[in-house]
Amino acid sequence: MTTDALISPGVTGGQGLWSRLMSGKTGPVLVIVMAIIAIWYFSAVMLNSPFQKEIYKRNSVEWTTSQLISDTLSQERPVLPAPDQVVVELYKTTILKKVTSKRSLVYHSWITLSTTLLGFIIGTVLGILLAVGIVHNRSLDKSLMPWIISSQTIPILAIAPMIIVVLNAIGIQGILPKAFIATYLSFFPITVGIVKGLRSPEVIHLDLMRTYNASNWDLFWKLRWPSSVPYLFTGMKVAIATSLVGAIVGELPTGAVEGLGARLLAGSYYGQTIQIWSALIAAALLAAGLVSLVGISNKVVLKKMGMAQ
Amino acid sequence: MLQSTAINTNGNATGVAEGTKQGTTGQAEKMDTNGMSPETGTSSQEQSANSVINIKGLSLTFETNDGPVHALSDIDLTINQGDFVSFIGPSGCGKTTLLRAVADLEQPTGGELWVNGVSAQQARLNRDYGYVFQAPALYPWRTIAGNISLPLEVMGIPKSERQDRIARNMELVNLSGFDKKYPWQLSGGMQQRASIARALSFDPELLLMDEPFGALDEIVRDHLNEQLLRLWDKTDKTVLFVTHSIPEAVFLSSKIVVMSPRPGRIYDVIDCNLPRDRGLDIREAPEFLEIAHRVREGLKEGHSYDD
Ligand SMILES: Nc1ncnc2c1ncn2[C@@H]1O[C@H](COP(=O)(O)OP(=O)(O)O)[C@@H](O)[C@H]1O
Ligand SMILES: [Mg+2]
Repeated sequence: MTTDALISPGVTGGQGLWSRLMSGKTGPVLVIVMAIIAIWYFSAVMLNSPFQKEIYKRNSVEWTTSQLISDTLSQERPVLPAPDQVVVELYKTTILKKVTSKRSLVYHSWITLSTTLLGFIIGTVLGILLAVGIVHNRSLDKSLMPWIISSQTIPILAIAPMIIVVLNAIGIQGILPKAFIATYLSFFPITVGIVKGLRSPEVIHLDLMRTYNASNWDLFWKLRWPSSVPYLFTGMKVAIATSLVGAIVGELPTGAVEGLGARLLAGSYYGQTIQIWSALIAAALLAAGLVSLVGISNKVVLKKMGMAQ
Repeated sequence: MLQSTAINTNGNATGVAEGTKQGTTGQAEKMDTNGMSPETGTSSQEQSANSVINIKGLSLTFETNDGPVHALSDIDLTINQGDFVSFIGPSGCGKTTLLRAVADLEQPTGGELWVNGVSAQQARLNRDYGYVFQAPALYPWRTIAGNISLPLEVMGIPKSERQDRIARNMELVNLSGFDKKYPWQLSGGMQQRASIARALSFDPELLLMDEPFGALDEIVRDHLNEQLLRLWDKTDKTVLFVTHSIPEAVFLSSKIVVMSPRPGRIYDVIDCNLPRDRGLDIREAPEFLEIAHRVREGLKEGHSYDD
């Protein structure tokens, strides 16, 4: 009912404005965002009040409801921090800190971003190579595909430490082991997408190449590859997000001091919930940014290819 | 079974064993008997001296889930260098299948098929023909010029000559100025003209055209009919042309093959030797109308048992 109260100004603002707002794209999104924020505040009060009441009792303080609400929303280590607390923390750790500082969220985001991108690039190349092999070789299709699929059923949290430890043992350290975990998660959607794309040409387009007695090389570069570009981008949109997940997971077992994963881990060690949530928000923003970047390049490339209408 | 005996007798008469020909069951039997009659080899080669297409007892059956479909049955046909042959008949009588068999896009299940004196497969490998599909089949990521350039690139023709040929053939089908457009920016008729330009671009001696003008309006169609006739007259190309239109068939052809369905077979072959320098106005001449009448009668009788 809190939600109703919050969105009611829009409703009373007039039916015309309301329907105009809802017919566009921003209107519905705005309503959802506001609803989420309202639910968030409401939950913060509910979850934090037991501890707050405990304090009141211990210090024998008389309290009113409004006092309780304002106190639950400003605890130092709340169960659930209020949105404004997270915003303030984000502000403090981005704008107010030098980007080179270990306490800057921008610095940690950059560490995670670079791992994500490296893992994504390796994953894309690997994914494409696997797909090309699978499409052109029946026995590769039969032998590789089950492994590729089962690789994705293993929980990444279970094998991430092993990858890190094994690679460390053979002297590979730093960004690469983390990037490999990102690769592990990101090559799969690429492979699946490209396999589908390389097999997507219509029969009549294949027949045309047959009448020219085209080589497999030409068949690939002049037909199969261009046909699979839209599928590549669909795969990349998923892969960039899973790559970010992989990069964060890759930061956990190293006891790392850098990256959003390290911030999450350190935050949970010391009960710094506000820090955890601001790292989560940063990760979400990073993911949204990366996915829309892939989306934009998708549009640009398809337009360049003449396929966007 | 009745068909396969027909194939065998046919095969015995003039068959030539050739390694490149793919061994379907019908052909395997043919090759066995072939060894016993050595003189047959020469007879086939004599035929291939001036004939471009040699078809004997050809049949093609599709195995489908609903049982076999006899798309072609016992087809005999010889097409000479410089012939313009139209195939006309109701839908499903196997016109497309026949053209695709000649192009080595379908494998016959029996009989013989020679293209330029070699197997259909070898002819395809030699890039002996240009094929115009029923649909334009343009690549959406290539411009119109890029699409026409496709066979030239595949066949390794140098860039400067490519540009020459693209321009020439775009002019031929009245598409000059559209070279930088993408297929979706053009009407269906223009796309089909682009696909014709693409087939002509590498200047094949043999043209296989499957209802190329089916989707075009009357005026464009008339224009392209004239262009095609002039091109054929000038170049001595051999054309196999599928159409639904009787006037189009009579106007263009030196030979009209009337086909009938279920199973697909040749009902009539009509010679059609109108003067080579004919214009569209010949369509009112009595000899034109006479041939058109015979085609229409053939079509009627060919499938009187349904629709
Ligand atoms: N790939 C295929 N599989 C099964 N049946 C087919 C196939 N291609 C064509 N046919 C059938 O063969 C017959 C002849 O088809 P087609 O050659 O396309 O006829 P037309 O071009 O004269 O309309 C039809 O009955 C059609 O359904
Ligand atoms: Mg057809």
